[in-house]
Amino acid sequence: MNMITDTQTAEHFKKLRPAMAASRAAFGALLLRDLTVLRKGLGIFIARTLVQPFLLVFVFLYVFPQIGQGIGGGGGANGESSFATVLVAGVVALSIMFQGIQAVALPLANEFGYTKEIEDRVLAPLPVSMVAIGKVAAGAIQGLIAALIVFPIAAVIHAKGVHPNLTVNWVILLTLIPLTCVMTSALGLFLGTRIAPRNIGLMFGFIVLPITFLGGTYYPWTALAAVKIGGFSWLQALVCINPLIYVTEGFRAALTTAPHMQLYVIYPVLVGLCALFLWVGIKGFYNRVLS
Amino acid sequence: MPDTTSTKKPAPNVSEHPMMDEVIRCEKLTKLYPAGNILAVDQLNMTVHHGEIFGLLGPNGAGKTTTVGMLTTLVVPTSGKAIVGGIDVVAHPSLVKQVIGVVSQTNNLDRSLTVWENLYYHGLFFGMKSREARAAADKLLVEFRLTERAKAEVMAISGGMAKRLQVARALLHSPSVLFLDEPTAGLDPQSRLALWEILRKLHAEGQTILLTTHYMEEADSICDRLAIMDHGHILAVNTPKGLKESVGADSIVTISAAGNLDALAALLKEKIEGATKSQRVDNVIQLHIKGASGVLPKVVSIAEQAGFNITDLSVAEPTLETVFINLTGKELRD
Repeated sequence: MNMITDTQTAEHFKKLRPAMAASRAAFGALLLRDLTVLRKGLGIFIARTLVQPFLLVFVFLYVFPQIGQGIGGGGGANGESSFATVLVAGVVALSIMFQGIQAVALPLANEFGYTKEIEDRVLAPLPVSMVAIGKVAAGAIQGLIAALIVFPIAAVIHAKGVHPNLTVNWVILLTLIPLTCVMTSALGLFLGTRIAPRNIGLMFGFIVLPITFLGGTYYPWTALAAVKIGGFSWLQALVCINPLIYVTEGFRAALTTAPHMQLYVIYPVLVGLCALFLWVGIKGFYNRVLS
Repeated sequence: MPDTTSTKKPAPNVSEHPMMDEVIRCEKLTKLYPAGNILAVDQLNMTVHHGEIFGLLGPNGAGKTTTVGMLTTLVVPTSGKAIVGGIDVVAHPSLVKQVIGVVSQTNNLDRSLTVWENLYYHGLFFGMKSREARAAADKLLVEFRLTERAKAEVMAISGGMAKRLQVARALLHSPSVLFLDEPTAGLDPQSRLALWEILRKLHAEGQTILLTTHYMEEADSICDRLAIMDHGHILAVNTPKGLKESVGADSIVTISAAGNLDALAALLKEKIEGATKSQRVDNVIQLHIKGASGVLPKVVSIAEQAGFNITDLSVAEPTLETVFINLTGKELRD
């Protein structure tokens, strides 16, 4: 066999750009492409960001108090106010979560589908893993925007006499939001690459819905200690497998003075989930685009 | 080059840069899909030279698309080596992507973007400055007669236009080699001719092109050299003319008749002067003739004397179809 070289010798070969520079440029361009698509669909993006938190806040904090269907242990306006406090953190957390999953998993289902339109981006001159990370970065940016849109609504809309007690801890808030945005987008990458494109609709029923209802949106995790079988707080233990619980509890810590899960649990778990979802997500991405 | 020169130094009698004009080189390139244990490409050796249009011709499932996949980094080879544009595909996939342009069989245009944006963002992916990408996109839209649809959604344009846009996109970053997988499959005849014109023009400009096809006419009229593939192997590589000459016949007589066709085939081979080969292919007999004329009346009289009733008879020059039948014993068209 002749020895074949893996260096370029002949003069008609195209001059290569250094791998790092080419990758950086391509990564930036992929991000720009995703943001362009976001800008084109900005109206829908905002609507889809608003509809869920709006409904939650409207029903629980506006309608319920007025029809006398109070929620909250204390009863009356006090109980409603404390529920409002619980819900604000939950709504912000939920919105970021939804955004992360929707912004990454749903487009991927299209792009992996029959036409494989992801191919042109996979053929851009950067490592395939960077294409996947670019998807997560774009999703995280969308989550960030969603957080900015939702927070005011959650804090402002409520019936007369119902006041969420918000005390913002900026250090927690400003570290938690980016961490959450990346974690949920990485979760979106994981789901989008592991669920067959034609089954992506099932994701909402079987994954997103349980995550939502068992994610501490409507109640603080600490309160779940009261749900017991034979002295064991089983539900409090069970929901620990739900990534959302760490996010809602984190926002509870960031926005209220109410009891919450310990921060020394929340941060390491969120960082760990980021790493885990990125790892399995990137592996899943490889499996989808390469054969 | 033969496998026998197993030395580390180049043989002394080859030129100073033996690989100078090789744009693609595969050595024992193999792909085994673990799912189903399918050996799609088996120890493929192939060389594509600078400036040529090289075709992979074969039926569906021959391994053409897998071969292109391996050369374009989307399929990871099981073993073997592939060098594209001077770069090892397996070792440096990200670098290879700088020197290749790929037109896939399906319409994989970005449906979230317009026609123009598909080109523009592709330019940005490849490190162009905004102004450069803009200019390149505008220029290619003109060249590929797509300017009027610049702002259209890509789902709104015709199949022929979409394919032209895919080609334009693949060329935008000036690749060393352009890959096209079944470029005219599913196109109407007019769009097919238009695409052939584009490929001929690119060829004239010196663009190296590798395409796969299962259309003989396409392979014959477009390609400088062809590799005939079946079951993951290359059976023959030559110019279309060379391949047809390799059949060793000036004309091919095709005979439809009732009765024992194998017996008739043997009879004709024996009795017809200049018959180099006679074989049954499905429901017809193909008789290869070299250096003889006036064959048809003889075929008719010999067949009738032996009691065969000929229902159809035709004569033609050897085609790539003949070559394929010669190599595989079956027809290319399924």
